[in-house]
Amino acid sequence: MTTVGTAAELREEIDSSIASGGSPAAYLRLRELWRSEPNAGTAAFVVSRCGKLRGKIPFLPHRVALLRSFTAEPAVSFLRAEAFVMGIDIAVHLGEFNAYPQEILDPESALYHFSPDTVILAVQTRDLAPDLWRDYADLEPSVVGEAIDRVAGSFRNWITQFRAHSTANLIVHSLEKPAFPAFGVLDAQTAGGQSASIEKVNCALRAIASEFNGVYVLDYDGLVSRHGRMHWSDEKKWLTVRLPISANYLGQLAHEWLRFLAPLSGRIAKALVVDLDNTLWGGIIGEDGMAGIRIGAEYPGAHYQALQRTLLDIARRGILLAICSKNNAEDAMDVFQNHPGMLLRPSHFAAMRVNWSDKAANLREIAAELNMGIDALAFLDDNPAERELVKAQLPEVMVIELPDDPVQFASTVRDFPVFERLKLSEEDRQRTELYASQRERTQAEQSFSNKEDFYVFLQQQAEIAPAQPLTVARIAQLTQKTNQFNLTTQRYTEQQIAEMSGRSGWDVLCIRVRDRYGDHGLVGVAIARDQDADCLIDTFLLSCRVIGRSVETALLATVAERARARGCARLLGRFLPTKKNAPARNFYEQHGFRLASQSGPEMLWSFDLVKDKIVSPEWMKLMVENGGRA
Amino acid sequence: MNTLFEQVRSIASDVFGLPANQLTADSSPRNVEAWDSTQHLTFILALEEAFQIRLSPEEIEQAQTLGEAARLVENKTLSQPR
Repeated sequence: MTTVGTAAELREEIDSSIASGGSPAAYLRLRELWRSEPNAGTAAFVVSRCGKLRGKIPFLPHRVALLRSFTAEPAVSFLRAEAFVMGIDIAVHLGEFNAYPQEILDPESALYHFSPDTVILAVQTRDLAPDLWRDYADLEPSVVGEAIDRVAGSFRNWITQFRAHSTANLIVHSLEKPAFPAFGVLDAQTAGGQSASIEKVNCALRAIASEFNGVYVLDYDGLVSRHGRMHWSDEKKWLTVRLPISANYLGQLAHEWLRFLAPLSGRIAKALVVDLDNTLWGGIIGEDGMAGIRIGAEYPGAHYQALQRTLLDIARRGILLAICSKNNAEDAMDVFQNHPGMLLRPSHFAAMRVNWSDKAANLREIAAELNMGIDALAFLDDNPAERELVKAQLPEVMVIELPDDPVQFASTVRDFPVFERLKLSEEDRQRTELYASQRERTQAEQSFSNKEDFYVFLQQQAEIAPAQPLTVARIAQLTQKTNQFNLTTQRYTEQQIAEMSGRSGWDVLCIRVRDRYGDHGLVGVAIARDQDADCLIDTFLLSCRVIGRSVETALLATVAERARARGCARLLGRFLPTKKNAPARNFYEQHGFRLASQSGPEMLWSFDLVKDKIVSPEWMKLMVENGGRA
Repeated sequence: MNTLFEQVRSIASDVFGLPANQLTADSSPRNVEAWDSTQHLTFILALEEAFQIRLSPEEIEQAQTLGEAARLVENKTLSQPR
């Protein structure tokens, strides 16, 4: 039931904040309003008011085209509202009802003119495969296979055609299974029933999608079953207004889209900062003691153990874990080291702040220690007061609204879109270990008085190679995620990287670094393109964990050498300042470039390849591969 | 305490993007510019969600003024266990 009183007051506060120019306050209240009443009416209000905050709140823009075989209009305002609340400003192109095949096949269609970042293809089983849906009982078993192949073939054709016309991301809904198969319970007694046949189409779709860069499958059948088939569908609205989904679940469909659109638009958490008492375990260690806190395999500790398992899963996606807790550090460490119910150990955390300072200050320190922006942090705390403090003082932090009941903690975290990833690199899976070896490096560095001696001791090796099919995903990921040491902050998709590396006169390079403490993995990217006698550096970036150890010099020297070998006389590099890339500001100057021109904050630097040379440092063992193209 | 009409009106205010005090029981697609067929559906869905009811196709057709929509919601919420 709506609580019109307080919600109406909130709306008035929001409108008066907007009118008086108080954008952060208005945005904070809009987030609060959406959390308290995430319904269709609120969605329309949030969309209209967030539209007025454009330019004042740093929303990430993203263009989404929705191709559909059903009425999807009512889901669109849910999508835009929840996206706004997460910091994403989504522009939507809605394809004509059931016109998706023409829109995909025609390169001049409104779809391509819209130049979407992401396209969603939402087609229902009953539209695409009426024989597998309604008329399954009439199908001869011998032709079921043909029907499956026909539907899979349609998907292949659309995806292939789409990729020929567009480099946008494509999200394809999988096919839904019926609540009641045609043969009833008999359907599950054979390997080839109706549900199994639809699943075969979905299997084929997953295989087809995996052949293409940037094509993803949305498990629509999984989504429907998660919420319950009988609740999800509204047969009357399907028959009258072609809307197959009940009013209560339109927001869930929009939310599922956002689990893809958050990572695709770059709204991702790189670290999750967690509280301890009543979050990772039940009770308060300082008061209840080791024997009193609740954590283990049985009720009630099992809910907290389920959350810990969730955090371990998330860490395997490359998201770092950190602790921010008001506690005595010894008490907390005692739990991590000695409580038999704990799944998480101190080695799982990349940073810890266990003290009595305020959490906003601690979060700032954690972001600095992990070398990431404050907007890359997600925050998990059972205490609403702490969450409010963080939201008010650090609006960029992604605060997870934990429900009161710990049984829902794990699923709440699993459902939070900024932890979603659409690609995992080896670097991601090993990130926790990478940070552990980084700590050893930092400790070793302190025992050397001379920096160069430390570099020699490190035995750094760098391997530079042109982009290859296996490295395209990581290269694209680095362009999307790197903010600090990034000269131009150009964001590229996998498809774009693959395409650029195939063009003549373009050089797409990546650098891999290892040393005596281990492998940093693929940590840097340089993209250069020839323009007559010049070579222009389009992109130059390094992951912050290797900055300042001459890796950047080695990569730049290689770019220069290769440009010279192709006959270029000048190497040009741009610096486009952002809020975050100050560490890269003096890079070209430090390497002997001269300022060629400056327009506003943008600088163009030039290096004479004929007269001058960039020397890679001696202590770096450099291997340059001239291998194949991606 | 808000009357049911006021609750329906506040939902309409959000959906059609008008201040609540500009909406009356007589507001309809004829005098509310944003009230087209798409927004009509969104309005109906918002009512269904807010009051946890389901309106039949016939009722959706009937709800052509704000007053009529509120009356339908009232009938539904009275006739079904809450």
